[in-house]
Order: sequence, then structure tokens, then C-alpha cells
Amino acid sequence: MSCEGLQTLIQGYVDGELDLLGNLRAEEHLKDCAVCARDLQNHQALRLAFTGESLYFNAPPTLRGRIRSAVRASGNAEARPGSSSWRWMAAAASFALVAIAGWSLLLRSRPSRDELLAQEIVAGHVRSMMAGHLTDVASSNQHAVKPWFDGRLDFAPPVEDLAPRGFPLVGGRLDYAGGRPVAALVYQRRQHLINLFVWPSADESDDRNRMVVRQGYDLIHWSRAGMVYWAVSDLNLNELQKFAQALQNSASRDDRRLKR
Amino acid sequence: MQEQSDVARFEQAVLPHLDAAYNLARWLTRNDADAADVVQEAFLRALRFFGGFRGGDTRAWLLTIVRNASYTWLRRNRVHELAATPFDEEVHSGESDDPETILLEGADTEMLGQALEALPVEFREVVILRELEGLSYKKIAGIADVPVGTVMSRLARARKRLRLFLTSRPEGGLK
Repeated sequence: MSCEGLQTLIQGYVDGELDLLGNLRAEEHLKDCAVCARDLQNHQALRLAFTGESLYFNAPPTLRGRIRSAVRASGNAEARPGSSSWRWMAAAASFALVAIAGWSLLLRSRPSRDELLAQEIVAGHVRSMMAGHLTDVASSNQHAVKPWFDGRLDFAPPVEDLAPRGFPLVGGRLDYAGGRPVAALVYQRRQHLINLFVWPSADESDDRNRMVVRQGYDLIHWSRAGMVYWAVSDLNLNELQKFAQALQNSASRDDRRLKR
Repeated sequence: MQEQSDVARFEQAVLPHLDAAYNLARWLTRNDADAADVVQEAFLRALRFFGGFRGGDTRAWLLTIVRNASYTWLRRNRVHELAATPFDEEVHSGESDDPETILLEGADTEMLGQALEALPVEFREVVILRELEGLSYKKIAGIADVPVGTVMSRLARARKRLRLFLTSRPEGGLK
């Protein structure tokens, strides 16, 4: 074996990643070649330098407690009816409080499925605005964002580029709503961000736009072609409606193109 | 009796890997407070996806999520670090290797830490996963979402760079 040949093997050799044959070939060359043998020595010296524990950052003691409480709080919020644990009772109590507050504002009789979804959507939107949470795939190119979801979701969310209509795409991420993983697409309008949550639904009955306000955020939701859409933003309702319209128009253009 | 709740199972399976999660996030963000935020974020994501986790190597699974959360953070806060800055491949000829060995053997942890921090992030992460977590090429490839060959070539280039860094500074190296 040549020295170049060994250079391609030496990483695997020092890391113990070569098969038996590879090891034998590497050792044979190292026996005869002083230059490569010295190189190996240097590789091993470098590896040795890592063995001191001090390069490893252990989590600060307070972080464990902080994460435990965050995990428990989040686990409670996502608990579903049917679980009989006391945590569910606590979560139910807090849900009920929010729902009661919601009723008195809306003068509605009881929280519907949409009501609970709206809360989850707003929570998802708020979470996404917190540091480091907005996108898993950051791209203004719909052809980069759409394939990213392949293999991460059991459906293919429609991804439209609305830059010509004044709503450039920022990216996408995985999120969780309505008891399932969903696609969250992020669009921008000036300084405002819009989260568009998309997931499939068998329920075709409702294709009208419905509007809700929660915690100062406007939400518009509709369903179309087997998908449910929830758009949420701190944008004013008028512009959010324009966004929904642009999206629906663009989607129907796609539909027509397919049918042609 | 109810089975153990999901949150309890999650804590039991995932929380033991907190140090590994923090170590990776800390090396990628290079900052204590940001690493803590990223790790918390990653744990909440992990909790949401825990139902879909089919078992296997929990640490590697968690590190994948931590790595993605770190990159999301980097894209938002240090986007210039992600702008690919391929470092030069120029490496000395290796004629005088004996002194290099001596320098490497005498390299102290602080210098090695500085050298690591100076690596571009995609090279830094493979070194951390390999040298500090002891993960196989295959697992590293899974976490960084690149082919095994890329892991190997990044490791090779990173190590060359580290050696160069540790041996080319006259004031350092020897204890």
C-alpha cells in the first residue's frame, strides 16, 4: 500500500473503525514506513489530549431541575382526556379556567374542538417566537422547504411561495397540534411573522374561512382538499385575510394546472 | 393501575443524557446560557416526539434533536458562522514530525479547547461526537445527517487543523 492509501485509512485506524482486512493492510504499511508511523503517533497524541475530562461540559446542576419542571409543565398541557392521573386533573383545571375566560369574552356556550385547537395554535405560535424555535428548515424556496418534510411527516404539506403577493416564505418546521405532528410554515410580512399550521383531515365539511382572536393574535382557519389550515399572526386581521386569500388563490391555480 | 405516564417514562429514558446534550450544545453555541436554553428547547421537542421514538440509542436520538436545535439557534443568532468558510487545506509537509509529537503530547487542555472553538461548526461537531462522546462514524453520520464518508473526511480535516493549531504557536504547547 502507498502512503496515500494509508492516509485514507488512518482516521479509521486510529478510531478503530476498520475491518480486519483494513487493519492488517494499515499495519503492514505502518511497519515499513517511518513517515506514516510518525503520523500515526501524532494522531494518537492528539487523541490522547482529548482524554482529560476537563473538555467535557457537564450540565450545570440547576439545569436538571429547570428541564424537569419544563418537561412536566409541557407534559401536563398536552395530556388528553382518558388519562386518569392527577396531572390530567390539574391540566383539566387550568384548561377549564382558560375556557371560562374565553366564554365570558365570547359569550359562547362551551369550548369546542376548534376552541382547544385555537389555544394550541396560539401556544405554538408564541413558542416559535421564542429564541431558536422558528424554523427547522430556513429557506424562502418552496422547493427546498417541501421536500424537507418528506419522511418527517406522514403527509406532504402544500408549500406555496407567496413572495410575489408580499408574503415571502421564511421556512418550515415540525410542530404538534390537535394530537398529531403537523407542518408549520413560516411567512413574513414586514416585521410580522405568520405561522401556518397544516395537517390532513378527513373532514371536508367546512371550507369557509373562520376567524378567531386569542390573546391578541388573530387566527384564520379553513380546510380544503383534505387539509386543515390554521394561520396565526400578530398582523392585523385585514392583512391576515389577504394572506389566506393569496394562499387559497395560489392553491386553486395549482389545482387548475393539475386538472388541465 | 395506570401504566407509568409518558412524562415519567420520558424522564427515565432521556434525562440521564442531559450531560451529553449540554456538552454538545455548549460546544456548538460556545456559551453557557445559550446552551442551557437550547438544551431546554431540545428536551421539549424530544418530549413531543417521544411517542414516535421506536427505541434504540436514546443518547444518539437526543443528540440529533439537540444538534438541530443548536443549528436553529445558530441560524438565528450566528448566521455568519454557518456561512461555509472552508478552511485552507494547506498542511505542512510533515518533514519535522518529531517536534510535532512532542508539542502534541505537551498540549494542554486550554489550548486544545481554543483550537476546537476555532473550528468551523460542522467540523467541531464531528470532533465532539467522536472524541468526547465516543460515538461511531455511523452514529455521527445519523446525527449530523451526512454520509459516513463525509464524517470521515471532516474528522480528517478537523484533526489536521487541530494539529496545526497546537503546534504552530510558539508560546504554547510545552508545559
